[in-house]
Amino acid sequence: MNAEIRPIKTAAETALAANFARALGTLPGKGTVAALREDAFRRFEADGLPHRRLEDWKYTDLRALVREAKPLAAPPDATAKARAKDAAAALASLEARRIVFVDGAFVPELSDLADLEAGLTIRSTAEALAAGDVELTARLGKIVATDDLAVALNTAFMADGALIHVAAGTALMRPLHLVFVNAGAAAAAVFIRSLVVIEAGARAMLLESHEGSDGYQVNTVLELQVGDDAHVDHIKITGDGAGALHVSTLMASVGAHARFNEFLFTTGGAIVRNQLLVRFVGEGTIAGIRGASLVKGRQHIDTTLVADHAVAACTSRQVFKSVLDGEARNVFQGRIVVRPHAQKTDAKMATHALLLSESAEADNKPELEIFADDVQCGHGATSGALDEDLLFYLKARGIPAEEAEALLIQAFVGEAVEGIEHAGLRDALMEQVAAWLEARSH
Amino acid sequence: MHLLEVKNLHVEVEGKKILNGLDLSVGKGSVHALMGPNGSGKSTLAHVLAGKENYQITQGEVLLDGEDLLALEPDERAARGLFLAFQYPLEIPGVATMTFLRTALNAQRKKRGERELSTPEFLKRVREVAGKLGIEQEMLRRGVNVGFSGGEKKRNEILQMALLEPRLCVLDETDSGLDIDALKVVADGVNGLRSEARSFVVITHYQRLLNYIIPDVVHVLSRGRIVKTGGKELALELEASGYAQYREEAA
Repeated sequence: MNAEIRPIKTAAETALAANFARALGTLPGKGTVAALREDAFRRFEADGLPHRRLEDWKYTDLRALVREAKPLAAPPDATAKARAKDAAAALASLEARRIVFVDGAFVPELSDLADLEAGLTIRSTAEALAAGDVELTARLGKIVATDDLAVALNTAFMADGALIHVAAGTALMRPLHLVFVNAGAAAAAVFIRSLVVIEAGARAMLLESHEGSDGYQVNTVLELQVGDDAHVDHIKITGDGAGALHVSTLMASVGAHARFNEFLFTTGGAIVRNQLLVRFVGEGTIAGIRGASLVKGRQHIDTTLVADHAVAACTSRQVFKSVLDGEARNVFQGRIVVRPHAQKTDAKMATHALLLSESAEADNKPELEIFADDVQCGHGATSGALDEDLLFYLKARGIPAEEAEALLIQAFVGEAVEGIEHAGLRDALMEQVAAWLEARSH
Repeated sequence: MHLLEVKNLHVEVEGKKILNGLDLSVGKGSVHALMGPNGSGKSTLAHVLAGKENYQITQGEVLLDGEDLLALEPDERAARGLFLAFQYPLEIPGVATMTFLRTALNAQRKKRGERELSTPEFLKRVREVAGKLGIEQEMLRRGVNVGFSGGEKKRNEILQMALLEPRLCVLDETDSGLDIDALKVVADGVNGLRSEARSFVVITHYQRLLNYIIPDVVHVLSRGRIVKTGGKELALELEASGYAQYREEAA
């Protein structure tokens, strides 16, 4: 074995090891699940918290950024649940089926589980893990396998989440909304693991929103399997508290002739890392992978995307926009992989950053790894300030400077948000953009 | 009192003198044409009036109804009734023309202490004005000027002018890039807005536009100052003789 010398553990790493040793007996699942956790923690310990010398984490050095590991969240008490009641109110107009998690734990009494459509099942991950559910354990970590450290840490500590199954041919009329709220009196660490399987020909829209108090540490993983001919939209809204650390990984495998739309909308959190691992496993699929982030102060937002064209004839469009004020920093690492047999792949990636202040920073790292010869792939990246000539045009028509800026910023973000199919959600997100702009001007 | 008074205006751009003691007085309800060769300072004057940045005003003053225009922000000037029709109207992807128009109109009304228009009131106004200018509703739903032809962009400028009802309209080479049919549509739009209460400064290189928008006064601008002022026949003279003599006179 290659005994690479590791630097001395940081305080956070030491605390994570202690937390793990203490929690292993009480985390849901024995036998196979416990073994999985131990394996995962060993994987994590081999490298520790991801740091700048790992290429994938070059711009987001968690070893330096995470000073302490918070204790694992306790089950939410009545006060925390009460605080969570009005969560995601801005999205209420969508009339989605809400599945609510407080401090990472499923709360049935806040969730809407009545009259589930035929073909839809929803369970809690904690329950399934405790029961040693084979459907879960057989799939866990396998939909898109990765040795990523954040995922390993999640597997070691995973506490709860949603386990959703949509049967073949089922078209869900209402969106599903996973509402994650951190509402405890003291900041804690939350490990969420969800698994969603959408079978062939099914139609589903899955919304995921994160919000809550300052200082939480969230590590959330969603494994998503999209069947052949299915049509799936996944929209993740990251609106955590100002001091929060939020690390999220989507591992999605998409079947043939499917439609898959992913959207990341980020305004919250001190440090946010959104990892998207999307693999195309069936031909003829069309995917849109988009996002918009609006950040200020010293927020650090990292989007790391791998679009893996493992089979032929899939189309993917990736558009990410970021609006950066103050000393905020946006990192975009996007990689398109086209494997040797993935001919006729059509993949395009664009990232645009709008810098509202002198001290904001945008880092773009687009990569193409193409092993097939009959493909269309490309990427483009821009970053810059608001266009002075456009601002003058608006002001010359009587629009005050602040309002003119807001109009142009909304237009900039709108180009990404337009990619969302659901009109009500587009409107709701643009209202959040307006609210962000309103807050910025005060 | 004149509506607009420009007195001994000196303007530099990046250390280069562009306007060199320009004087101009425009009375209420009159149409002034400002003609001159390329580089004489026509567009600079238009930009300075509207409040564009990066022009250094080293001397002189500009008064609108006796008020110091140069002390105001561009949006404040617009709210007080100044309108600049751009030579090159900009495209603003993602901002629907309707949103743009309504934001502008209500921002101006708000600043003047007037009631903001409701959506139905606003739509009615826009439809009326757009109809007269032959602008399709579909165009108004698109991003501002996005995918518009040169003529459509200029018509959109006139639409904005008609909707915002300014007191002083500065048309910066509105004829550039227009064929004769588009020119007529734009000129008709402008003529429809002429009134006792509204004045125009029509900036143009060519006499052609002035066949359709008949000016009360014609000025010749050369090297940053007005070197000759006359009636509408001055434009015809210029068409025949060119600008060469004024270049020499100014030198």
